[in-house]
Amino acid sequence: MGSPAPRYREKAQVLDETALDRALTRIAHEILERNGGAKDLAFVGLRTRGVSLAHRLAAKIAQIDGTTLPVGTLDITLYRDDLGMRGTPVIRGTDIPFSIKDKTVIVVDDVLFTGRTIRAALDAIIDLGRPTAIQLACLVDRGHRELPIRPDYVGKNLPTSRREIVAVRMREHDGEDRVVIEEPEET
Amino acid sequence: MGWTRKDLLTMRDLDASEIVLLVDTAASLQEIASREIKKVPALRGKTIVNLFYEPSTRTRTSFEIAGKWLSADVVNFSSGGSSTSKGERFIDTARNIAAMSPDVVVVRHSSAGAAELLARALPCSIVNAGDGGHEHPTQALLDLLTIREKKGHFDGLHVAIIGDIAHSRVARSNIHGMRKLGMTVTVAGPPTLIPPFVQELGAKVSYRLEEAIGDVDVIMMLRLQQERMTAGLIPSLREYARYWGLTLDKLARHARPDTLIMHPGPVNRGVELAPEVADGPYSVILDQVARGVAVRMGVLLLLAGRKGGDGA
Repeated sequence: MGSPAPRYREKAQVLDETALDRALTRIAHEILERNGGAKDLAFVGLRTRGVSLAHRLAAKIAQIDGTTLPVGTLDITLYRDDLGMRGTPVIRGTDIPFSIKDKTVIVVDDVLFTGRTIRAALDAIIDLGRPTAIQLACLVDRGHRELPIRPDYVGKNLPTSRREIVAVRMREHDGEDRVVIEEPEET
Repeated sequence: MGWTRKDLLTMRDLDASEIVLLVDTAASLQEIASREIKKVPALRGKTIVNLFYEPSTRTRTSFEIAGKWLSADVVNFSSGGSSTSKGERFIDTARNIAAMSPDVVVVRHSSAGAAELLARALPCSIVNAGDGGHEHPTQALLDLLTIREKKGHFDGLHVAIIGDIAHSRVARSNIHGMRKLGMTVTVAGPPTLIPPFVQELGAKVSYRLEEAIGDVDVIMMLRLQQERMTAGLIPSLREYARYWGLTLDKLARHARPDTLIMHPGPVNRGVELAPEVADGPYSVILDQVARGVAVRMGVLLLLAGRKGGDGA
């Protein structure tokens, strides 16, 4: 298994439950504002926490606008550029049960970092059809981009060091709504 | 937990968690078959050679489609029309192909152990696509995936494997896999076609079709492999069909109504399987074929995508 994985400890809390909810409410309003309403919009969440975030954004838009938008799930493992470098690829499946043709697809991810995941997601979505446009929403933008990719909607801009981890915890998976920065223990 | 093997040679080698990983991976890949654009870039730049020394329709085609859907370059070799007809030895042919740096070689051969021989001799990943009467692991995996999709789980299922057990690599691979997953296996056939090893593998034995198919979840009918039969192991095809052929009437009288009917193909219609059963509502024969592509995608992906693999 190589060198032992470093242990991480919490350094700071970035968003609590209320702040996370407010950020999503604001993003939902921005999506409606930018697109002039909810017509022909669709969400695609990136596994795992992007999917939960996409469902929450869809619920917010249903509250504000009364429109129920479709939400799909995307697994980008087959589109990664580092297959064979990270150990066994774990495929959990893509489930987008609607046509993305002529839709504005809003890709939702929890943390935007190097941009490589989003690059893979763009390829994966375009392989499924031809959307009118693709927009990107992320809860946290932590910088360190390696590709020319920028988000359209950001919950929080967060300058980080590369050795830190931004952990998004969500009720559906982790039992709580919180975003924290973690750093390696052996310092 | 994860995939670390260079090769996929037998079900016997695998442990339950590896089998479940393969089945899970295949299950997640099935969605690709329903896409408008059936291609993902996962194995871009990888080369897969299908090295087939025995005739095959389903297996070779499905490995080829699986490789192509994953964007690998797939090359088909079949022994007819190759240097084999000029007398080149198997291992020499294989070494020459390996010299062209493929990432995965999929091999089918009439001799048991052919895949293992290649796995030892060649640096690339080897997939056993059937070696004589020994094993055919990807067939067992697609059978397991089909069973799980139809029954929802593996726990405590009872499977009857009927027919020519002695010549069947499909039976052997399935018995290994099913036993590891905690399933009960009964094999049944004429005594001349039941080999002595099956009890050692943990399978029960029956010599009556009517008895074997009662109260099971799955009936797997095997093809009578006439091409591998050298001695007179059965009196006649007609007699075999009469005693060991599965008909609607036998199903109605002896089996549960929700029993799945499986067959690895190609079906000898009217011998081991009556046409009305093969095409009937509980037959999942074509589901098996469809899942074959997903299983082979999963196998190729895990072999070529393993850490430190040729892709690193």
